[in-house]
Amino acid sequence: MTTTHAVGEDTVDLAPAADDTVWARVKWAVLDCGTVVRQELNHVFRQPSTFAWQLGFPIMMVLMFVYVFGSAMDVTGKGAGVDYLEFAIPGLFTLTMAFGFMNTAFSVALMKEKGFIDRFRSMPMASSAVVTGRGVADLLHAALDLLILATIALVLGWRTGGGLTNTLAAFGLLLWLRLALIFVGIYLGLLVKNTEVAGNLFALAFPFVMISSVFAPPDFMPGWLGAIAAWNPVSSTAAAIRELFQSPEVASGYWIEQHAVAAALLWPAAILALFLPLAVQRYRRLGQ
Amino acid sequence: MTGFDVLTQPRQVRRRIGLTGQHPAVDEVISARQNLIMFGRLFHIGRAAARRRADELLEQFGLAAVADQSPKHFSGGMRRRLDLAASMILAPEVLFLDEPTTGLDPAGRREVWQAIEGLAARGTTVLLTTHYLDEADKLCDRIAVIDRGRNLVEDTPAGLKRRIGSERLEILAAEPADLPHIADVMGKVATDRHPPTVDESSLTVTVAVTDGVRALTDVATQLKALGISVADLGVRRPTLDEAFLQLTRPTDHNPGESMP
Repeated sequence: MTTTHAVGEDTVDLAPAADDTVWARVKWAVLDCGTVVRQELNHVFRQPSTFAWQLGFPIMMVLMFVYVFGSAMDVTGKGAGVDYLEFAIPGLFTLTMAFGFMNTAFSVALMKEKGFIDRFRSMPMASSAVVTGRGVADLLHAALDLLILATIALVLGWRTGGGLTNTLAAFGLLLWLRLALIFVGIYLGLLVKNTEVAGNLFALAFPFVMISSVFAPPDFMPGWLGAIAAWNPVSSTAAAIRELFQSPEVASGYWIEQHAVAAALLWPAAILALFLPLAVQRYRRLGQ
Repeated sequence: MTGFDVLTQPRQVRRRIGLTGQHPAVDEVISARQNLIMFGRLFHIGRAAARRRADELLEQFGLAAVADQSPKHFSGGMRRRLDLAASMILAPEVLFLDEPTTGLDPAGRREVWQAIEGLAARGTTVLLTTHYLDEADKLCDRIAVIDRGRNLVEDTPAGLKRRIGSERLEILAAEPADLPHIADVMGKVATDRHPPTVDESSLTVTVAVTDGVRALTDVATQLKALGISVADLGVRRPTLDEAFLQLTRPTDHNPGESMP
């Protein structure tokens, strides 16, 4: 390696493409988003172990619930352990989507910590690409997560009873929840001081995800807790996809559970309406 | 900024500046080349051009041999050079560097210095902040000393040093008992007859002089006449450290406040 840096003439034409018309700006917003997404996907290819570790947690949870606690669970009233796999697998899909915002928050906090966001802000790139690129990359990541988890579920003996359209609709609802939570993740990632704090968000995320119908029906919980669990957005998605997968019926005494598909559409919309502007505003106010 | 208004023409400005922060902002997972191509694309140069530019910069910054490794395995100096390369993609007219050598070993600092000198030689205006005054002395044409947010003084390195008096005559005594005699002799050659600074623990006597060589010979002759032998004697230029400490010395308005 040389230690002196030869100073030659640039051979590359460095005149950047014109990007001042509205059309050019839209075009570059899309292209920049694609560049950020490609960077994120390269991470998965170059560091598959990280990706595998992130999946380890939900897999461990489902094995624990199905085989350790599941034998004592009677969710359908047909006896302990009966149909619990059918109940828990949709819960596992939902849990993975719900905890996903932690990965988003951590990535954003890391980008901030490493000075990446400062560098992006000093560049002529479309500023929206930081957010949209993150969003698209995380959605692709989530889709890959679901594909792997569904394969594992099939191996364990889980089956969907809903046919192709309903099954695809169920996965659509899962990604819809994940999309809404991406903006919660971006907002929190920009809000926290560093990655250490971002890691501690788990303490916040855990009750938010677990006080829900992911692993147990809210009807079995004490009244007040059951109400919180039933109205949790995570529960709405879990209940809706159980409906679409035609999982065995479980007792559901709460009004919102009887309108689960509508709730699973509306809750993420409400989260988006709140956190999309918050995340954008937070990004704009960085460095002020 | 480079002929454009920062507030109304932010994109034009962004195309003409480069920024490297305190920590190298490079992706640690993807390779050095992938990093530069990614930044090139985000600077809106075409795909093929971004590729060629990446290779060119890797060559220029001495990273061609490790182009396909990820910065995770790099030394601090190499990572910083990749960081500099990333901010040089559009060959900016102005480059902002925030403490570029903080935390680097001497070899790494030297590598980064050479890279910065190369950029400056090419016509890039480099604005760098640093706590290392030898770094400022080595790299900068003009230095602004900023203390508690106030721009105290702006000058060339030589000019800053001139402000605290020209050269210094320094004598290292052989015996503690000789110190008062040496100080006496030196006081006579001092600029404006300033009394010399005597440091009894290190046995040194220092004084600012106007004509270094002449003061040196005068003092040597007189000491010889007095029969005093010294361990070392010499003329040296003031350091930027001395200039800095003098400039930022607490005034009566805010006594005792420490340096930022």
